[in-house]
Amino acid sequence: MSDYLTKHNTVRTTRLASVKTESPTVKTFTVEDKLCSKAKPGQFLMLWMPGVDEVPLSILNVEGGQVSVAVKKVGDATRHLHELQMGDLVGVRGPFGNSFTESRGRVLLIGGGTGTAPLLFLAKRLAAKADKLSFIIGAQTRAELVYLHDLNLICSEESVISTTDDGSFGIKCLATEPLEDLLKKQSFNMVYTCGPEQMMRKVFDIAEKRRIPMEASLERLMRCGIGLCGSCVIGKYRVCRDGPVFNLSQLSEVKDEFGYSKLGFDGNVIPI
Amino acid sequence: MSKNLLNVNLAGLKLANPTVLASGILGYSGDSLHRVVEAGAGAVVTKSVGMEARPGYPNPTVVQVEAGLLNAMGLPNPGVADFAEEIAYAKTVLKVPLMVSVFGYTAEEYAAVASRAVEAGADAVELNVSCPHVKDTGHEIGQNPRTLSEVVGSVKAKVKKPVVVKLSPNVTDVVELARAAVKAGADALTAVNTVKAMAIDVEAQMPILSNVRGGLSGQAIKPIALRCVYDIFEADLKVPIFGCGGVAGWRDAVEFLLAGASAVQIGTAVAMSDFKVFEDVNKGLRAYLLRKGYGSVNEIVGLSHQA
Repeated sequence: MSDYLTKHNTVRTTRLASVKTESPTVKTFTVEDKLCSKAKPGQFLMLWMPGVDEVPLSILNVEGGQVSVAVKKVGDATRHLHELQMGDLVGVRGPFGNSFTESRGRVLLIGGGTGTAPLLFLAKRLAAKADKLSFIIGAQTRAELVYLHDLNLICSEESVISTTDDGSFGIKCLATEPLEDLLKKQSFNMVYTCGPEQMMRKVFDIAEKRRIPMEASLERLMRCGIGLCGSCVIGKYRVCRDGPVFNLSQLSEVKDEFGYSKLGFDGNVIPI
Repeated sequence: MSKNLLNVNLAGLKLANPTVLASGILGYSGDSLHRVVEAGAGAVVTKSVGMEARPGYPNPTVVQVEAGLLNAMGLPNPGVADFAEEIAYAKTVLKVPLMVSVFGYTAEEYAAVASRAVEAGADAVELNVSCPHVKDTGHEIGQNPRTLSEVVGSVKAKVKKPVVVKLSPNVTDVVELARAAVKAGADALTAVNTVKAMAIDVEAQMPILSNVRGGLSGQAIKPIALRCVYDIFEADLKVPIFGCGGVAGWRDAVEFLLAGASAVQIGTAVAMSDFKVFEDVNKGLRAYLLRKGYGSVNEIVGLSHQA
């Protein structure tokens, strides 16, 4: 482990190979990085913007020695990142964390906003393994339904359900609403989810009630990324090291926090 | 006999084994500390807590370097008033001594934070007078024998539980500071905190840590920490020492014990080898003691000084 970690945790500075605008708030950034290009779906990397900040980002895709991440403009660091262009210098370390288990059978994926990114990566891997892939993709507006086109290519259009908060595309509802209907009609071997934590909490409550195996990829404030600093803990787990992917039984152990609270920069508990 | 092989009794703290979680690692929450104890730690030290909440520095706060980790977290903490609840909770779940790491900007503040921590249930306080990357506290206090004495004296005047002083290696003579701390009433010493250091990226042509300077930990500093423990033990100050710096396996632990430490603190190795490091060290230590024919780990403390 020690050598592995030392190697993956060492920052590699590289130039942005490409920057693609996906929506008014989301861009895809791609860099060349040998280690991260071997990442598994669910893993994340730490992206350093020299002189600005370093943030954890879940991996959207790996291909030909390159790794891509989806970044939503949410704060100062990501706003800065959105201003960067192809050729600008960034640092990466990772990949870190565990990954989704790759289930066979009938699989349902539920992504909210940029939470769709790691699930798209997973769907690509599952396409060859699973019997059927169904996807619920939710966002606030039509413009923010990122990666929908890629999903349609993998899952076949009829198995992709889109939802928007404002009804500008697909069904006007939260991504969790079609879930109950779907579960009444079909059985699934596994449910994967990534997105806003309240959404994932709802998916968890439904999956727990119906006893369907599920995995969720969590997000927390992260500093070290390697399980040392404690910034990202939920219950006894470290999201960066024990996660970011947690299964139903692990999520049950952290029920009091999951969907409700996290640690802030000063280590204080703050509501989600 | 072999059941008690690893028991250590130091400064009034009873440890089932001499491995202790070092400050700064995972120490925000009782649940995290509990996991470390379940993994085999004989005691735990919390993250450093001060009077007021601090958000810490922006990332990067941790940098991988050759044979170690560099960090400048910037003492992020919720402030002792809020942290008191977590201390109280931790006390209900932990079955081992809970040491609360404390920092301040004045002697009075150290004393106030320490006494609040003890009220909340801390079994001991460890004074962080050695953080190398926050201005006006940490090693700026622990590098000066006079300010160090004031801080230790003022905490001792307010706190009835054991007071441990965590020393900085970033000094000319660690023994001088150790002596000052003990003279002011320190019940035990931790040697040492991180070594002040930095990292530069050649492509970005700038320091990697947002704070520029930070503290080096892990394998790289073990020989430095070992020498500090050896020097302090040799000065015969009559207080027990927690050896700290690069302990990742039982051999490292034995080296520290032979140098004069009564127990070891483990931090960076929690990232490198994960929680099993505590059990690994204890198993190896036990096997070593049995192989060498000792009845207690205490028998090898300081043994290398006979040579």
